[in-house]
Amino acid sequence: MSGALKQKAHISFTLNGEAAEVAFAPHKTLLEVLREDLGLTGTKHGCELGECGTCTILVDGRAILSCLMLGLDAEGREVETIEGMANGAQLHPLQVTFADTGAAQCGYCSPGFLLAAKELIDKAPKPTRDEIKEALSGNLCRCTGYIKIYEAVELAAARVRGEEMELPRESVYGLE
Amino acid sequence: MLLAPFRGYVLLMKNNGNNGKPLNVVGKPFRKVDARAKCTGQTKFADDIVLPRMLYCKILRSHEPHALIKNIDLSKALTLPGVIAIITGKDLPISYGILPVSQDEHALCIDKVRFVGDPVAAVAAIDEDVAFDAMNLIEVEYERLNTISSIEEAIMIDEPRIHEYGDDANVHKKVSLEFGEVEEGFAEADLVREDIFFYEGNTHLPMEQHAAVAYLDTDEKLTLWSSTQTPHYVHRALTKVLEMPASHIRVIATPNGGGFGGKSDPFNHEVVVCKLSMLTGRPVKCTLTREEVFYCHRGRHPVLMHIKTGVKKDGAITAMHFKSFLDGGAYGSYGVASTFYTGALQTVTYDVPRYKFQGLRAFTNKPPCGPKRGHGTPQPRYALEVQLDKIAEELRLDPAEMRRSHLVKPNSITANYLRIGSMGLGACIDKIVDGSDWKNKFSWNGSEPRAVATGLNSEETQARGTRKLPYGKGIGIACSSYICGAGLPIYWNNMPQSGVQLRLDRQGGVCVMCGSTDIGQGSDSILAYIVAEVLGIDPFDIRVVTADTDLTPVDLGSYSSRVTLMTGNAAIQAAERARELLTIAVAEKLGLPIENISFAERRAFDVENPEVGVSFAEAIVLAESKFGTIGTVGSYSPPRSPGRYKGAGVGPSPAYSYSAAIAEVDVDPSTGIVTVERIWIAHDIGKSINPMLVMGQVEGSVYMGLGEILMEEMAYRANRNVVHKIPSMLEYKSPTTMEMCDVKTYLIEDPDPNGPFGAKEVGQGPLLPVPPAVANAVYNAVGVRIDEVPIMPEKVLKALRDKAKGRDGRFGPDSIPSVEWPEPLRVLTPAEGGDGREMPRVAVHS
Repeated sequence: MSGALKQKAHISFTLNGEAAEVAFAPHKTLLEVLREDLGLTGTKHGCELGECGTCTILVDGRAILSCLMLGLDAEGREVETIEGMANGAQLHPLQVTFADTGAAQCGYCSPGFLLAAKELIDKAPKPTRDEIKEALSGNLCRCTGYIKIYEAVELAAARVRGEEMELPRESVYGLE
Repeated sequence: MLLAPFRGYVLLMKNNGNNGKPLNVVGKPFRKVDARAKCTGQTKFADDIVLPRMLYCKILRSHEPHALIKNIDLSKALTLPGVIAIITGKDLPISYGILPVSQDEHALCIDKVRFVGDPVAAVAAIDEDVAFDAMNLIEVEYERLNTISSIEEAIMIDEPRIHEYGDDANVHKKVSLEFGEVEEGFAEADLVREDIFFYEGNTHLPMEQHAAVAYLDTDEKLTLWSSTQTPHYVHRALTKVLEMPASHIRVIATPNGGGFGGKSDPFNHEVVVCKLSMLTGRPVKCTLTREEVFYCHRGRHPVLMHIKTGVKKDGAITAMHFKSFLDGGAYGSYGVASTFYTGALQTVTYDVPRYKFQGLRAFTNKPPCGPKRGHGTPQPRYALEVQLDKIAEELRLDPAEMRRSHLVKPNSITANYLRIGSMGLGACIDKIVDGSDWKNKFSWNGSEPRAVATGLNSEETQARGTRKLPYGKGIGIACSSYICGAGLPIYWNNMPQSGVQLRLDRQGGVCVMCGSTDIGQGSDSILAYIVAEVLGIDPFDIRVVTADTDLTPVDLGSYSSRVTLMTGNAAIQAAERARELLTIAVAEKLGLPIENISFAERRAFDVENPEVGVSFAEAIVLAESKFGTIGTVGSYSPPRSPGRYKGAGVGPSPAYSYSAAIAEVDVDPSTGIVTVERIWIAHDIGKSINPMLVMGQVEGSVYMGLGEILMEEMAYRANRNVVHKIPSMLEYKSPTTMEMCDVKTYLIEDPDPNGPFGAKEVGQGPLLPVPPAVANAVYNAVGVRIDEVPIMPEKVLKALRDKAKGRDGRFGPDSIPSVEWPEPLRVLTPAEGGDGREMPRVAVHS
């Protein structure tokens, strides 16, 4: 099947809070539409088979794998990508804590983790460590061993709740 | 830019940058300079690059494991609308490879394919779908050859040969080295143990699939953007293969979405996109599929190992003889270095007075193996540390105490001529033994360990009889060490291994340029922290430009845990030279002696009268007025190794990091499932440039070691075409959040004189103790030895059944292939008065 010369499909949807329209080859996944037709390369891919979680985005507030969703299915939906996660120049608390704690090493899986974590703390403002593990269990990270990611999510959730919180000393300097 | 002349002024700083001044940046948990870009989707990885009129490339790969290419028919593919160019091996006839001794790869195979996944032809088309369709229209006629699918087959079977070079028909490399008379050492021993282990291969599995974009512009300058860890080596390979002057080629390493060693070779897709761009005059991109990433591989070698160790009653090693057999896959890659590495670092943790190493690398019809985190050393470390556990049990010694009692001394030279500097392993062991409550948890089945003569006091050897942990729960320990940069570059030369260039702007800006490549470990940030520390400015004031062969001085790349130590030292030198120019100008302006001038908080000031001073930007203006444009360079070459024998090039390093780990596991005897509950790990970092990033590297290393010991394996169907069993992320099991264990980390700071501010490596070393610590804990939990990595449930169950039948309850290999080894190259040890050179070979008469 050659995508090059086919007639394009067209959808209207809400993208990062703004009305958007896009035309694309109809067989394309939402991942491809975002990256190739809308130029939003912040959404990454690691397998394009639904195995790694790297391409996670939010659709109607739910974390989904954009490599398994057709672009056509985004018609009329609310789609949020990493590019829309900050509020203007103000980074989302998760983005701040992921950056500040070293939860992003190579950063390739980070957009997916950030959006999966956002869904979690939107729904469970005070998640337990086990709830965080469960919510992020579909996202693979090869750099961090996940620990700094858990800590960043806990820190951001606390800050969203309005609590003052910093990383424990042992997370930054090791145990005494 | 005018480079500042170095006029021999006394350097104000000693000891790698500190000069006794309080540190304002080094040792602090700053965020990485690129962290926000990575958390907002701004970071441009290679596949994120889109250029106008860009073509997309797909590479046809062999589905045959070993075959002659009889014919390639492009006619159908070329007629497909949207196809712009197709190339085959004939278009790229020059071979390449990462090591000068194994230039055995072609970007596209010419007359023969050597593994399922070997590249055969490449298409450039207007989009990826057309390229894919065209690729599938290429018809290749193969003539199948018998395959070599294992180490044993490679040793036994001479024909067909996979390559026309090597030490034997299908043996790539044989190494034989002996330091001192090991037989004398075995004769002195109270106990000699021989064990056989197998460590299965596994792969890096970076989240980012490799990608490359090339563009030959109309001025005939070629630019390659690629997710590579080694842009300098790629630059060299392209110059050779494309027959183009290096000055016309620019390689830019994009931020790597994970490397772990997997992006350290020059790759066929990088060569192919360059060639296609040269032919079409358009930018060309190739992004590998996940399946192709599995075929690219260059990951952990499967290694079969035989280890014979002699010890005294207190566990002191008298001699060691280590044999390793590496399944190299179809090409050389880093394999010669990997082979030496399987024998190099056994001597740097515990004193090994006599040591013999024999290593063999086999060619097989599988994806080529290469360097993965720990390059060639996790396999022997696993074998050594599990064997030491068995030795400790036979001697009824506490395995932690036994290790602690026989450490290599700091500032010493090992039997194989590796120079040890700082050595914090003792402190590492102490931390985890205390932290894990080891003494109250560890027991040999049925009895307490007895005291090492020089170690524990006798009270602790009393109680006998019962386990301290319930059956099914176990605890195990292992230690390790790793290099902080390879002592020698990959190609022989006398130039620095790392260069840094600084440019100071008259408005106060500082730009640091270095060829190093950030693969997520934070090397860009390390440059900023170090320059900021020396110049007394904020790391976020600094612009970091890296990994661009046009703009940045050469750094050899992100491998061998070399980057912080080497670029750090080069950055200190460049920054000190810049500071010196600023100091002279500021001292003159303020009428003060130069030794009075200090830099902090974006100011240069009088140390005796800190309010007297100028801003950092004013200091640059003064210096630029006096000296002209301010730019400086720094470079780093490692100290020369004391080893002079042939083969002494692998193992030497400016410094060695040390790690010790204790694993606590739960083994379900009904299923064989091993759950690692917690790992205590202590790492001798020398000095943390940024402790938070160090913690992240330790945790990430523990994670990767955990995956290797519990589940990760590159598995092939030997009887079915040597095809990869599981080239997908779903079937290649790696730890998710649900498998990752709790980690308790201790950082040991004992600054090394060769490290920048005393820093040593952390990116690779902490992986090493994890697999053996877990294996030893499994034995402690259920009394079975799994002498084969990974420890899968079926192996545990099989061993448990074996034990239930009254046998030894061991799962692992029982034999090694018989090999005609070359006469070992003999070297007198330093203790024997050796000078690091091999002894003259004596003719052997039998």
